[in-house]
Amino acid sequence: MSLKDKHAIVGAATTRFGKVPGVSALAFTVEAAQLALADAGLAKDSVDAVLCKYPPSGFQGLWAHKVSEALGIQPKIAATIDQAGATNIGLVQYAMMAIEAGLIETAVCCYGDNPLSGPPGTYSKPRGPEGAYGMFGAPSGYAMIAQRHMEEFGTTSEQLGHVAVSTRAWASKNPNAHKRDPMTIADHQASRYVAEPLHLLDCCLVSDGGAAVVVTSVERAKDLNKPPVYIMGIGQHHIAWDLPQRPTLTTSGAKISGEMAFNMAGVGPQDVDVCELYDCFTVVPMITLEDYGFCEKGEGGAFVENGTTGPGGSIPMNTSGGLLSESGMAGMQLIVEAVRQLRGEGGERQVDDPEIALVSGQGGIMHSHATMILRN
Amino acid sequence: MTTQYQKPTPEINDENRAFWEGCRQGELRVQKCSNCGHIRHLSPACPQCLKAEHEWVAASGRGTVYSWIVVHQRYNRAFEEDLPYNVTIVELDEGPRMVTSLVDVENQDIKAGTPVEVVFDRVTEEITLPKFKRIG
Repeated sequence: MSLKDKHAIVGAATTRFGKVPGVSALAFTVEAAQLALADAGLAKDSVDAVLCKYPPSGFQGLWAHKVSEALGIQPKIAATIDQAGATNIGLVQYAMMAIEAGLIETAVCCYGDNPLSGPPGTYSKPRGPEGAYGMFGAPSGYAMIAQRHMEEFGTTSEQLGHVAVSTRAWASKNPNAHKRDPMTIADHQASRYVAEPLHLLDCCLVSDGGAAVVVTSVERAKDLNKPPVYIMGIGQHHIAWDLPQRPTLTTSGAKISGEMAFNMAGVGPQDVDVCELYDCFTVVPMITLEDYGFCEKGEGGAFVENGTTGPGGSIPMNTSGGLLSESGMAGMQLIVEAVRQLRGEGGERQVDDPEIALVSGQGGIMHSHATMILRN
Repeated sequence: MTTQYQKPTPEINDENRAFWEGCRQGELRVQKCSNCGHIRHLSPACPQCLKAEHEWVAASGRGTVYSWIVVHQRYNRAFEEDLPYNVTIVELDEGPRMVTSLVDVENQDIKAGTPVEVVFDRVTEEITLPKFKRIG
């Protein structure tokens, strides 16, 4: 049984991004869900599943149930999933499965958080016993991965910088992006080290905001507000193990989840018109491009040089500015951007007539990965 | 010890007590699965055969640098005077890798594959941290 082309994203929305004081994670989540439902032209009463990624700023049990209450919905399925940054694609996949099984018809997948204005220190906690040695925060973990990539393949900090610079060039065309100032390789190199080899400008933003999508069957999608965006392929893979015991630090779950998604969709990297690849740190989309097969393993550094992924490049990537420049929130906004590109709603940053978009999500320190392929 | 040790210390529990006791005694211990012989580092069950039964055996204390970082950001006040400092993943000769740090080395001289051996840093009465230094 293939799920190819049986489900569609019919509503997609983002809230304001950046530093937005006075708005709770719950309020962002509800705002995003409301906007996505309005985008679809669906009343909230037609939603029978509420699927959420919990906000890392403050974990609360029964989070999706709180969101459902705030939305005034008593759904058939309410679930909070923890796959970190891979969760939001996971939510879409679980929605597809529940729709296919006949359990529900329409799901809202929503996420919001306020890590910038809300509780401090969310992303800099010690990682277990490693804190005894001074290893804290996500940048330290991804710096271990970047160092290993440099060791094995000769990747350079400047090559990582090209990811940041290309992404910022896209963000400068997005009025809602958190960071829009132009960036050069020199700016990247001059930015302070957080955890060497990663500079500050290798690291994603910390941003307040929310985003949501509405998923339904292609039959239900036919008579809604906007043309459906069809889900061609989807997959997950979880490296799962913590950094030290992982067999390799330089191949991610993108390899297998990408194979699953591409096989389901019946397309390959050469067919992709626009990529929205999870970029919590610059090294991540580089490894993801390798694992998806856009280039050979180890050649990601050379691949991203000279604007390949920036405006006018051969592989437009992270066209709204990604986590590095649009919003540091955990990936739902990348799905929304893919939908907008396929609908032609990209404004100044619109890619020419894209037909197929590739989206990735990745969580933890490369612990989890999810891939989704969309078409118009 | 005249001043209180301010850095975070590992929490000792029934599963890891023998490891930390070994460090106190100057012995780096790993878990050897009683069923299949697989060597592991601080894991409740054997990831190969899933049996919990194991014995603690002394490792050689030797390994090589697998990856490392140099932390520049102050995440924790207690590490402030160490900045910038290394955190290193060492692959033990017996197989398991562990997060640790290298001593007696300049940050710019750290290289992957460098042979290292364990040294013990007694930081509190209860906790002695295994760290590594370059061999030769």
